[in-house]
This record gives sequence, C-alpha cells and structure tokens, in this order.
Amino acid sequence: MRGRRNWLGAYAALVFGFLYLPVFILVVLSFNSSRTSAIWKGFTLDWYVRLLHNRLLWEAVQNSLIIATATAVIATTLGTAAALALHRRQVRGRLWVEGLLYLPLVLPDIVLGVGALVLFTALGIQLGLGTMLAAHVGTSISYVVLVLRARLSDMDERLEEAARDLGATPWQTIRHVTLPLLAPGILAAVLLSFTLSLDDFILSFFTAGPGSTTLPLRVYGMMKTGLTPEVNALSTVMLLVTAVATTLFQRLTQNRIF
Amino acid sequence: MTRRSGWAALAPTVLWLLALVAAPLVLMLAYSFAAHIAPDSPLPQGFTLEHYARLADPIYLRIFVRSILQAGLATFLCLLLGYPLAYYIARSPLQRRGRLLLLVIIPFWTNFLVRTYALMALLRAQGVINSILMAAKMIDEPLPLLYNEASVQVGLVYTLLPLLILPLYANLEKLDQRLLNAAQDLGASPFATFWNVTWPLSRPGVLVGCMMVFISAFGMYLVPDLMGGARSVMVGNLIQNQFLQARNWPFGAAVALVLAAVALVVALLVQRAGRLDGGEVQR
Repeated sequence: MRGRRNWLGAYAALVFGFLYLPVFILVVLSFNSSRTSAIWKGFTLDWYVRLLHNRLLWEAVQNSLIIATATAVIATTLGTAAALALHRRQVRGRLWVEGLLYLPLVLPDIVLGVGALVLFTALGIQLGLGTMLAAHVGTSISYVVLVLRARLSDMDERLEEAARDLGATPWQTIRHVTLPLLAPGILAAVLLSFTLSLDDFILSFFTAGPGSTTLPLRVYGMMKTGLTPEVNALSTVMLLVTAVATTLFQRLTQNRIF
Repeated sequence: MTRRSGWAALAPTVLWLLALVAAPLVLMLAYSFAAHIAPDSPLPQGFTLEHYARLADPIYLRIFVRSILQAGLATFLCLLLGYPLAYYIARSPLQRRGRLLLLVIIPFWTNFLVRTYALMALLRAQGVINSILMAAKMIDEPLPLLYNEASVQVGLVYTLLPLLILPLYANLEKLDQRLLNAAQDLGASPFATFWNVTWPLSRPGVLVGCMMVFISAFGMYLVPDLMGGARSVMVGNLIQNQFLQARNWPFGAAVALVLAAVALVVALLVQRAGRLDGGEVQR
C-alpha cells in the first residue's frame, strides 16, 4: 500500500514539474542580463525598470482594470437577479433561459468573439471599450449564475420559509435573509467575473478598437513582435499577482471556486 | 415571488444574452448562406450553400481532421497525466490537499498567454533546451523544437491540463473511502479495486474534464498561433484568418458555426452519458 502511494507521489511530482518547470525558467530568465540567449550572463533588474517606463503598457493595464471592474459590477448585478429568479419555482420558458445561459459555457471563445464582431459591424457600432465590455458581460453572466445557483441550492430553504411564515414580504425575505446568506457566493461571483474579464484575450481581440488595448492584447502584441526579455519580466509580474491573489482567495474563503 | 417579478429579474440577463450570444449566432447563420455582400451595406444577401461545400476542399478538410486529432490526443494525454495527479491530491491528508490543490489552481488562473510564452522560452531556438544542448556540444545547431505540430501538441496539453484536473479532483474527493476498503476486504487486488470501483465512480468527473479539454483544444486559437508554423494551423486560426485577413466573412461564419455545432454536440453527448451514469454533471 505504502509502496503504491510512493509511486503515485513520484508520478504526481513529475506532472507538477511539467506544470512548473517552464514557468520557473521564465522567472529566472527575467533577471538574466543577456538580451537574446538563455545562457545566464548575470543578474539584472533592467527589464523590470523598462516595464515601469513603458507608457503603452500602463495604458493597457488601466483599460483592463476599467473593463474588468465594470464587467464584475454589471455581470454580478444582473446575474444575481437572474439566479434568484431561477431559484424560485415557476418561471415560464425556464428551459429556454437555461439553454441560453448554457451557451457561453460550452461555445468556444472564438465563436463568441467573431459573433460579437459580426454583430457590431452589422449594426455599424464603432469598436472600442464599450463593445468589449458588452462582450465580456455577455459571457461572464453565465458563470455568475452558475456559481450563485450552486450556492442557492446548498442553502437551507427553511430559513426563507421561516421569514415568510413570520410575515416577511417576498422582497423583505430576499433583502434580509437570502442576500446576506448569499454574500460569500456573490463575492465569489464578483471575483470570478473580474478575473475572467481581466484574463480574456479572444473576446477582446475581436471586439477591441483603437485606444481600447487591454493588457492581454498588449502582451500578445509584444510576444508577436519579438521575444524580448521585457516580456519575461512582465510575465513574471503577472504570475506573481495571480499566485498571490489565488492563495489569498483560497485562504480567505476556504472554498474551491476555480 | 410572482411570475411577473421573476421575469423582471431575468429580463436584463436574457436580453443581454440574446443580443450578444444568440443574435450573433443567427447573424452568422445568415452570413454563412450569403451569396454576396453589397459594398454599401454590411448585411448578407442571397442564398447559397457554396461556403459549406468549400469545407470539403482538401485544404480545409485537412485542417478540420488535424484539429480533431490534435484535440483528441491532447484530451488523452491530459487524462494520462491528470488522472493520477487528481487521484493523488484527493487521497492526500486534508491539510496537504489544500496546498496541492492550490498548485493546480494557480496555473489554472495564470494568464493563458503567460503560460504559452513560458513554454516558448523553453523550446525556441535560443531557448533553454537548445542552449543547454549546444553548450554541452551535443548538437551543432538548434533543434527545431518550436513552430511545428509537435510543439502545438505539447502546448495544448500544457495549457489545458488544469482544466481536466480540477473537475476530476472535485469528483474523486467525494469518493467514499469505505467502498475502497470494502473491495479490499473482499479480496480485490489494488488494480481490481481501481478498475471496478474507483474508475466507474469517477466517470462523471472524467467526462466533464475531457469535454472541457476537447472543446477548448478543438477551438484553440492562441497555441497554434504562437507555437505553430504555417503547416500547423487549426480551425480557430482558419476562422480568425477568414474574418480578419482574408475578409471572407461568409466562409468564416460557416467554419465558426461548424465548430460551434461540434462543441454543442460533444457537450450534449457528455451530459447524456453523465445522466446514464446516474451522476450529476456539473461544470
């Protein structure tokens, strides 16, 4: 039994190695003073200093944060209302609504991306931050509803029944019982939709216009024009932010949203 | 809540999804049958099946077949790498479990571009592997590790692996240890226990994980775009090319809709299989 566990552990270590070796090397290279070679030529922080002075990059970060914040607010607000409505029993056409909500979860991003491009072009709408936001919200809502409905079905229904029995109106029940109980789920939904938007490349790629370059689009541009060490440094920073945020989130909530 | 207020709460979401998900699909359907597009109006006109017929052209057929094969192989390899890892984490002591799981969740949330780029730094001509081999005088010139089908395959597995591990872990974590003990007490070998108890019970998790990897790989744009060469384009690259470079929207729309149809069929099959298994399919 123990021997088998050891074999499994060794295999698991190898798979973790596969996942982390490229990332680890990237971090090391970001401190390498050689511009082209992967051979170690000495320690430097040059590439990080250059990032700080890259104005286009900071603009992209700003755009990304604006879009992600707006997406999180809109998608969570609309999604929470929708999840509450679906949680109660009778809604006519429920099957259609659920099918519609299921689509963005199943369709490849590229289909949603070119679809949005076709729509905006056919309507003669200028591409920019607004079109990008509309597309991001369109896919994030489904994830918000998914997370919140899972929370709602785990919730003790008797609490809501008790509130109703004690004379609370439907609105009072939602306001004073359901929503407070749902708060951790709503927080998770906010973080989820924020991150989905911040990380998104494909939807942004097809719906961006002049002046609405987001961070992933900028990173892509840098990667396409040449593999400079600046990208190593930028990747390292993004990696660090993700690792810290993910760890904090897991510590704080102890739940397993992925 | 009354019916009317239920719909009032649903309406904004439904309208948003109708406008940004359903309407584009309908519009693309119209484009995919369009005989021509007038220069002064962006709307499609006429009716033809030629764009779908064009998919049978060997050039495009090859792209489709290769995409399916690469996505299938990526799914299989992810399962081969991911199943033992998910099982190992699920069977670890509770405290270690959280830490090990975090090691899968971090790559899952790390930006896709960053992870693709990390792999490129390893594989490119002046990359780490080639530099080490050159320095060791084992090769005289860099090996072509990047910009071919093999590097795309590695990229797909590398980037999509967490997508399989997480749902599978969620399933394996719920596995009742007493069932395994019972099998062993009744004299089942470790292999027999796995094959007759663990594997059948984990099927819903396997199905969902494989579905997510397959659909993502089949519609992948970034990995072949960054890590592939001219000969290793996949369906996603074909769509992007038709919409942004070739500017043949009707054909691009036809390709995109076929991709969407494949994704939907796979998802429905998996859902049905999950229902037959008696387990719930969650995403």
